Amino acid sequence: MNGLSRTRPPWLATAVVLLLSAAIPAAAATPGETIAGAARSVVKIYGAGGVRGLEAYQTGVLVTPTGHVITVLSTVLDSDTIDCVLDDGRRFAGRLIGADPRRELAVLALEGEELPALPLAADQPRLGAGSRVLALSNLFGVAVGDERVSAQHGVVAAVVPLDARRGAYEAPYRGDVYILDCTTNNPGSPGGALIDWRGRLVGLLGKELRASTSGVWLNYALPIDEVAKAYDDIIAGRATAPATTATERFDPAVLGVILVPDLLDKTPPFIETVRAGSPAAAAGLRPDDLLVAVNGRAVPSRMAVQQTLGGLAAGDPVHVTVVRDGMIVDCDLGPRPAREGGR
Amino acid sequence: MATVSIVPLNGSGARRGAVSPAVALSVALVAGLALVAGLALVAGGAALAPRWALAEEPGGGGGAAPPPATPDVVLGAERDRIAVMARASAAAVAIFAGEAGGGSGVLISPDGHALTNFHVVQPAGVAMKCGLADGRLYDAVLVGLDPTGDVALVKLVGRDDFPWAPLADSDTVAVGDPCFAVGNPFLLATDFQPSVSAGIVSGIHRYQFPAGTILEYADCLQVDAAINPGNSGGALFDAAGRVIGINGRASFEKRGRVNVGVGYAISANQVRHFLGALKGGRIVDHATLGATVATADDGRVVVSDILESSDAHRRGLRYDDEIVALAGRPVRTVNAFKNILGTLPAGWRVPLVYRRAGQQREIAVRLAAVHAPAELAALVAGEGGPRQRRRPGGPRKPPAPGDEPAPGEAPEAAPGRAEPPPLPDALRGLHESRPGYANYHFNVVERQRVAAAIAGHHVIERPAGPWRIVGRLAEGEVFRVELSAARGSIDLPTGTTSVDAGGELDANPSPPGSGGLLAALLLWRRLLLDGPDALGRTTYWGTVPGATVPAGRQAGAGADSLPFADVLESAVAGVEVRFSVAADGSIEGIDLWMAPDAEPCEVRFETGDRAANGLPQGFVVEHAGTTFGRFRIDEVVMEPATESATEPGTVPGAGDADGDGGTK
Repeated sequence: MNGLSRTRPPWLATAVVLLLSAAIPAAAATPGETIAGAARSVVKIYGAGGVRGLEAYQTGVLVTPTGHVITVLSTVLDSDTIDCVLDDGRRFAGRLIGADPRRELAVLALEGEELPALPLAADQPRLGAGSRVLALSNLFGVAVGDERVSAQHGVVAAVVPLDARRGAYEAPYRGDVYILDCTTNNPGSPGGALIDWRGRLVGLLGKELRASTSGVWLNYALPIDEVAKAYDDIIAGRATAPATTATERFDPAVLGVILVPDLLDKTPPFIETVRAGSPAAAAGLRPDDLLVAVNGRAVPSRMAVQQTLGGLAAGDPVHVTVVRDGMIVDCDLGPRPAREGGR
Repeated sequence: MATVSIVPLNGSGARRGAVSPAVALSVALVAGLALVAGLALVAGGAALAPRWALAEEPGGGGGAAPPPATPDVVLGAERDRIAVMARASAAAVAIFAGEAGGGSGVLISPDGHALTNFHVVQPAGVAMKCGLADGRLYDAVLVGLDPTGDVALVKLVGRDDFPWAPLADSDTVAVGDPCFAVGNPFLLATDFQPSVSAGIVSGIHRYQFPAGTILEYADCLQVDAAINPGNSGGALFDAAGRVIGINGRASFEKRGRVNVGVGYAISANQVRHFLGALKGGRIVDHATLGATVATADDGRVVVSDILESSDAHRRGLRYDDEIVALAGRPVRTVNAFKNILGTLPAGWRVPLVYRRAGQQREIAVRLAAVHAPAELAALVAGEGGPRQRRRPGGPRKPPAPGDEPAPGEAPEAAPGRAEPPPLPDALRGLHESRPGYANYHFNVVERQRVAAAIAGHHVIERPAGPWRIVGRLAEGEVFRVELSAARGSIDLPTGTTSVDAGGELDANPSPPGSGGLLAALLLWRRLLLDGPDALGRTTYWGTVPGATVPAGRQAGAGADSLPFADVLESAVAGVEVRFSVAADGSIEGIDLWMAPDAEPCEVRFETGDRAANGLPQGFVVEHAGTTFGRFRIDEVVMEPATESATEPGTVPGAGDADGDGGTK
């Protein structure tokens, strides 16, 4: 990052740099040049939709010179013809080559050569709160043809796991996202590029979602490493399963936690036994512990435990909170194993 | 399209809604005071409580280390920024329109001219109260209205040294430029202290469709600075504190009428195109080409329909021609075409480049008005006229005799014709109603200003006799023109023609093929001799791009450097004539129509060195798209008055007595 942002206080640096870019010592490019450079890789995507609440447009980012576009998986792509319009007005037919239903990302292929791409540099460290970012997206579909997508400025306000939904639809991704202080949950914004002030792709704007608990519309982006993982999975053919709106379940027995029998609709998730030698035993969980949260999310029932664990990816850390003798105890169970028994 | 609700931003109704903590905080944010922690609270809400990352700095700086000294360059930049915002805030106007709401504005001249939105002043009527950051409340009077472009000009009174902000050339604004909005969001400025919100320019040359009662915004600037209800009419400033736009609308969805990071400002250059006419008290209209365009399968922008009565059609534009450029700006999308057209006033003549069968042609097209006068009046009254204009307790007056109500409108619904409430003392004598004008008083002011400039520029002997002009055409042949109060005649290689100056001029478009050159020159002489008021019913029309600008880069390009010419319009002796007048008072051109739908005679005076008496060195005459002639003046002889020549119309044919006019 720029040296200024480390010198804190961050609000001062942000405010000053935003208003007077000349104050950035030795900055190579103006914000305008940075935006203009990155915006060449941002794609206006037009597909299915146009009915109430479902726009027929979104945004994507060219990530290879040979025409791979990463975008969000949505009903817009549920169309025989997906029009992709580049910054210079060139129009391509996009072909859906795969999707990651958990991160809700998809990859389109355009027939092109030497296209302006923003590389998916997965090895970047995660951004911290206070990092200055720019969001490039075709919000409200306001840009057409060779018109440039919209640029918004902001900072990463927090890095937290996503817990979100839209109506009855629950977002399957539970990993970390960047919460942004600029309004990116506008129609057309999903799939837009989150870049840093050097023009590097650092994330992808997510779908329009509300926080599960508060109902607040979330302005967030998936970190670039998650985007890169999804891209790699899709290209390797590992994640082409269709999206499902039903959250999959994951039995905590795989981690060594045997819950009390599921007798009622909302059986409280008391632990009946802990299998010896299991991650649960290593973490110190005991029989009669009451599970109250998994990865920070309240789990009022056995069903909720299974669903929350199901929303995690294999390899995601599992962190549980239990009530034991009136005390709150936190335990780390390590990475979540792959799905049991190849179900 | 999506179900996007787009809402105008006047403050009406804003006070009824509670201001949420998020809104309050965003206001603090925009003042540059927000902490990252505060931002996170707003952005994340309660949903994200478990894992705050408050102390994490990019690069792992940590929260515990003592802060290093802030570099001087940062502190200096911040001081500069604060100073710029303070200057800009001083020019900000908080407009209060009584129970109708209010909005914002910005002062653009020390004598009190302030820009705002049409939709802000529309409910206010002729008089309003305006608060400035100095804590004082000023009376202001409506000056001019652009109901199509959502712009209004008002004038604050009581000082001649108002703080003001200059208009920038908005075509030099780039995406990513820092900018800030100053205004009166949610009508918070009860102490007249404006709110500042900072952001970046998100998009330029944006086109926003009209939606419901919301007006089309063409070629506007898109910003992510917080634009909320009540910001309407306030200025968008660049980092140097110059006005780049007038904030007017925003895209809102699903969160009610609050900022979602997408605001739109009318560009300063669009405002500049109309500013002259607005200062002249007019209700201005926007332009149509008389043709619609569409995107062809191969991406070209082609004419999809064209009116045969349009000037574009007369100049040769046809169905399926590809539009290449308009008013000096390239057209690559339908939006670009609408953007350019949407910023141009009706009546301007602009270059149009089109392509047919691989061949590119350039024509000059005179733009027609979008609305009929009655439609414009209805717009000003508001579609729901009576509802918009309702005042408590006041019974509606019956129409006054002689009023002409617009169809479906009560006459009192139209400002300019309405029976205005009594003006405050401070505004007495500053308003005059007249159809077609927001405030005719200022038309008189502008007309007198231009008349004084013309009189100051020309040195003319009075009382005057005939003027004899001798010179050469481009081909070297001699021409002679004689102009007197009674008669005009011209001696050309093709023959000699004359016009009776005493009667109606519309019967005689002499010389043939010119569209009425002699009539134009006769009226030109009368203007220089006796001033605009003596011509007939003369009004101040507004401004056009000056004649000194090369054709092809008139509107739009580098507008800050464009000199505009004032235009006087006169209906006289059966013809309609417009004189364009440069800032120095010299006459740049004449457009004369023998009939309302006729092709005008267009005279453009040479703008090089002028003679000591202020008269031009030459002129070019165009008619119906072709050049009638190029005239270089060698000599102008102004004869002293004789008894017979001073009274127009009384001695028809008196010029014949001079003998040498029409004998060759």
